[in-house]
Amino acid sequence: MKSRSLNVLVIDENRIRASIIEEGLREGGYDRVTIIDDMHGLARRIAELNPDVIVIDLENPNRDMLESFFQISRAVQRPIAMFVDRSDEASIEAAVDAGVSAYIVDGLKQERVRPILKMAISRFNAFSRLSRELEETRGELENRKIVDRAKGLLMRSRGLSEEAAYALLRKTAMNQNRKIVEIAQSLITAASMLDPGADE
Amino acid sequence: MTSRYEITAGFVPLLDSALLVVAKEKGFAEENAIDLSLVRERSWASIRDRLAVSHFDAAHILAPMPIACNLGLSAPAPTMIVPMALGLGGNAVTVSGSLWQSMAQHGATADLDASGNGEALRKVIATRQSDPLRFGVVHPYSGHNYELRYWLAASGIDPDREIEIFVLPPPDMGDALAAGIIDGYCAGEPWNSFGVLKRGAHLATVKAAIWKSSPEKVLGVNARWAENHPEALSGLIVALEEASRWCARPENHQELAELLARPAYVGRDVELLLPALSGALPIGGGAIRSVKDFFVPHAKAATFPWKSHALWFYTQMVRWGQIEHSASHQQIAAETYRPDLYRAALKSRGVAMPSASAKVEGALTVETPVGSSGALSLGPDGFFDGGLFDPDAIDAYIAAQRHPH
Repeated sequence: MKSRSLNVLVIDENRIRASIIEEGLREGGYDRVTIIDDMHGLARRIAELNPDVIVIDLENPNRDMLESFFQISRAVQRPIAMFVDRSDEASIEAAVDAGVSAYIVDGLKQERVRPILKMAISRFNAFSRLSRELEETRGELENRKIVDRAKGLLMRSRGLSEEAAYALLRKTAMNQNRKIVEIAQSLITAASMLDPGADE
Repeated sequence: MTSRYEITAGFVPLLDSALLVVAKEKGFAEENAIDLSLVRERSWASIRDRLAVSHFDAAHILAPMPIACNLGLSAPAPTMIVPMALGLGGNAVTVSGSLWQSMAQHGATADLDASGNGEALRKVIATRQSDPLRFGVVHPYSGHNYELRYWLAASGIDPDREIEIFVLPPPDMGDALAAGIIDGYCAGEPWNSFGVLKRGAHLATVKAAIWKSSPEKVLGVNARWAENHPEALSGLIVALEEASRWCARPENHQELAELLARPAYVGRDVELLLPALSGALPIGGGAIRSVKDFFVPHAKAATFPWKSHALWFYTQMVRWGQIEHSASHQQIAAETYRPDLYRAALKSRGVAMPSASAKVEGALTVETPVGSSGALSLGPDGFFDGGLFDPDAIDAYIAAQRHPH
């Protein structure tokens, strides 16, 4: 298949995200995928690779460098960085929303690049979902630790059972219209101010 | 306030994003019924793309970039307008400690004089046996690229053949210099102060010495948005003009530096931000030099979008082979800048405004009161080599630059 011979370059300083994109491209039948995660000597390496399509993270500060490279390069036939298709604002918008931008290096037909871009966008989204979930899980674990410490403080200082200590935290949170973890945190803070050893 | 306009504006963390930051943080936007959201970006390409797809209504942008967009030089190509400038000056040419030493041996002096130090650089290049010197700029369509090239060319150095010019993100310039990847760079603040204070670099010259009172960042606006939201744009112009006044007051400089130092904005130490605001610049080796008009946020019609500025940038695009000269290209460049919108927004507010929309750049050798509504002084606005740019004689200017001497 002709589309499979397209030479795709993914520039991403985030290795995990880059490999998620690479995996998607390979699953989609693009077996000539290169990843650059280190910006050193970027221009020279692009010239050597001579890719058909470059997918780069919109947040990458080296995008300006990449554009200048297309402008001055003699290695690429059409030294213009194209953002999908000028007239196709919807796909540009989708790319920008996802945080990815794609450059067609050598005047490729839009329909050949669209699947790459679509894939990159969905992989970018998958990656941000992953990071968000990870962040949430991390946050939950952290919160549980704080609540446990606050419970411990209440159990020790007021002689409550674990259950009663938790009920007290919950009731206070409800009365003040705040989260349990916030109440727990203020309790820990207050305790450490009253008695530096109480927190331990 | 009964009516409210929501405006989202992009900015790149640089000192000259100050007007937008101050418009928001000091309440000028709010007072003009504008709910201003600022979004930080890491590249000019992102600013442009997000303007194109209407994520941003307006943005802090390189002065030549909207012109390049409208000329179809970069994609995607939204139509953009420039209804206002965001100040004059603010850049410098910084060189590595070792290049400075060589330049000093050939007569470079600490006065940042563009002419003498350009001559010293020419002599250094003439005696070099090894690879060409490498300089960094922030974008191909930037004032930095054009003023560096102008300085080099007027100093007798061919910027295409005798040196190499690379594009680098401004925060990377100092490190690239220290690592020997580049020998010098032209960037905005705080990145020259950073190079000098943190990476042992030296200032060679400043934008204010190469082309006095020259434009740097502007307000880039999505033309379609501007057409559909004239009142919001007008309010934004008023808010930014008020912010420019606030930024210009010396008693506000400390507060402004602290504001910009916040992580949400430039996110760099106050000590790196104050030099450009006070004009007392660290130039290298612990020395400080006072530079007149280093960064001008308000005086000298600093926020007025001169058509002659747009046209000068256009002549440089032609000069350096980025575009062919034609009457229609010239017209697109001139029409990108919209002093008419600036006037309309500010005319009832007693803001001093020039009566003309273009001027001969380099005509004013000293600060001069000019024909205006209200009291207004302009200039000096000269190029360091004594060159004049008459926007009514563009063909001759382009021809002269194509065949120097």
